[in-house]
Amino acid sequence: MLIKHTIASDPKSFEITSKAAYLKRRDFLKATLALSAAAILPTSAQAYLPQKIEGIIKSPFSTDEKLNKYDDVTSYNNFYEFGTGKGDPLDNSGDFQPKPWTIKVDGLCNNPGEIGIEDLMGQYQQEERIYRMRCVEAWSMVIPWVGVELASLLKKFDPKTEAKYVEFTTLFDPKQFPGQKYPIIAWPYTEGLRMDEAMHPLTLLATGIFGEELPPQNGAPIRLVVPWKYGFKSIKSIVRIRFVDKMPTSTWMQQAPSEYGFYANVNPDVDHPRWTQAKERRIGEFFRRPTLAFNGYAEEVADLYKGMDLRKNF
Amino acid sequence: MAGKRKIPIKPFVFLVCLLPAFWLVYGIFTGTLGANPIETILRDLGDWTLRFLLLGLAISTVRRLMGWAWVMRYRRMIGLFAFFYAFLHLAVYIGIDHFFDWATIWKDIVKRPYITIGMTALLLLIPLAVTSPKIMVRKLGGARWKKLHKLVYPIAIMGVVHFYLLVKADVREPLIYGGILLFLLGERLYRRYGESFQFAKSIR
Ligand code: HEM
Repeated sequence: MLIKHTIASDPKSFEITSKAAYLKRRDFLKATLALSAAAILPTSAQAYLPQKIEGIIKSPFSTDEKLNKYDDVTSYNNFYEFGTGKGDPLDNSGDFQPKPWTIKVDGLCNNPGEIGIEDLMGQYQQEERIYRMRCVEAWSMVIPWVGVELASLLKKFDPKTEAKYVEFTTLFDPKQFPGQKYPIIAWPYTEGLRMDEAMHPLTLLATGIFGEELPPQNGAPIRLVVPWKYGFKSIKSIVRIRFVDKMPTSTWMQQAPSEYGFYANVNPDVDHPRWTQAKERRIGEFFRRPTLAFNGYAEEVADLYKGMDLRKNF
Repeated sequence: MAGKRKIPIKPFVFLVCLLPAFWLVYGIFTGTLGANPIETILRDLGDWTLRFLLLGLAISTVRRLMGWAWVMRYRRMIGLFAFFYAFLHLAVYIGIDHFFDWATIWKDIVKRPYITIGMTALLLLIPLAVTSPKIMVRKLGGARWKKLHKLVYPIAIMGVVHFYLLVKADVREPLIYGGILLFLLGERLYRRYGESFQFAKSIR
């Protein structure tokens, strides 16, 4: 009799297969799933299947730390539009259709307009950026994003000199985002960056993870990634980018002004009222590790905040 | 109901009460507790602490409302399970989540209201657990024992407040527990003062 025991320390298939083979096998599985889904549900809308992104180049900004597992990155998400549990975004995003998708860019710029996700992916070189990502809840991951520098897109719309901030808005559509049926937070989700933060070369508009398009639970089809700030700044499923002259009020600032500030830079010395920020648990590890100032990106970004009291501007 | 039961119900209930703990142990060994198993374990144990506290409170309510005297036989056990899960919840917080980082833990207890309240609730549970054996009831005398065990009311309230304070935005779940607690406490208040309400109404 053959019994296969699986214990926690067994290497997962991801660790023993090469990544390419792993991804290929997943492609096959997905294709099979898609076919069987099509066979069973010929008329209903098909679940969205992220495709491989072609022609990705590597970026010198990437960290060489060990990647988190694809399954963890795509099953442990804070995305209240799909529900407030960590597993809700994966469980409740089956009907989400990130294509077609357009992003409206307007406000204080000379060249307002729209850009479709296909154009954005076709016209801009897609780069892989492996970043640390630190959640305000004191956990972290290392994620291989794919995307374009936000600055390269923003320049196309030619912001005016009066533009001091950039405001981002998530799609509002309770049919696709069941979490939006309840006023848990003020929908739609809104975030903002100062102009110099938005133009910083580390700031990424992500279109994918692990070499593929973003799955819905990770913010398909396009999201922000600001690696030196707490994760909630990295707004997902963006439909609008607006240049403004006043500091935007982000959703979490509005929700709890004493707990969430506009800057939200990762800072081990300034605690969140409900969590210590001095340490964090890297997902997949047992012991907490010390949190680094600006999430380890101080060398690149600390200058942006020279002379500011980071305790007040949290 | 007369006569001796053949099937031992109590050990069965005991095993059922242990299921959440078994489930977590099983999850640890099969790796099915998600990306952040420590958080899952800590939260599950918190949930079960609160559920057993409320279940313990519900027992005498059920006896009064349904007239089922036999439920009272399980009250001590349910109460002790509340303590059991609370103890594990604290143990996981100290020994696994923070791995005995006493400086951080102390700061948490004094700085973060939800931890302060949780800790107070847990400390208050200790004398109740210690005085749960029948011999302690006799030692203390029924009246004093009853008075001491009234502590379970503030403990349950603190459990709900602890939960309410720790959620980031979605307060629906703690409010559900709060609603259940309100019903359980309301029934007691009504029983105690209800008659005088009725009286007051009738003489108006
Ligand atoms: C009677 C005592 C207690 C009760 C009834 C209780 C109940 C709970 C409940 C219901 C949760 C939320 C679970 C969820 O999110 O689904 C929770 C979480 C938690 N409790 Fe307790 N608890 C108690 C004592 C304590 C104590 C003594 C501590 C620590 C000193 C503590 C620390 C925590 C922490 C750290 C969390 C998780 C917070 C998070 O993940 O954000 N609790 N507890």
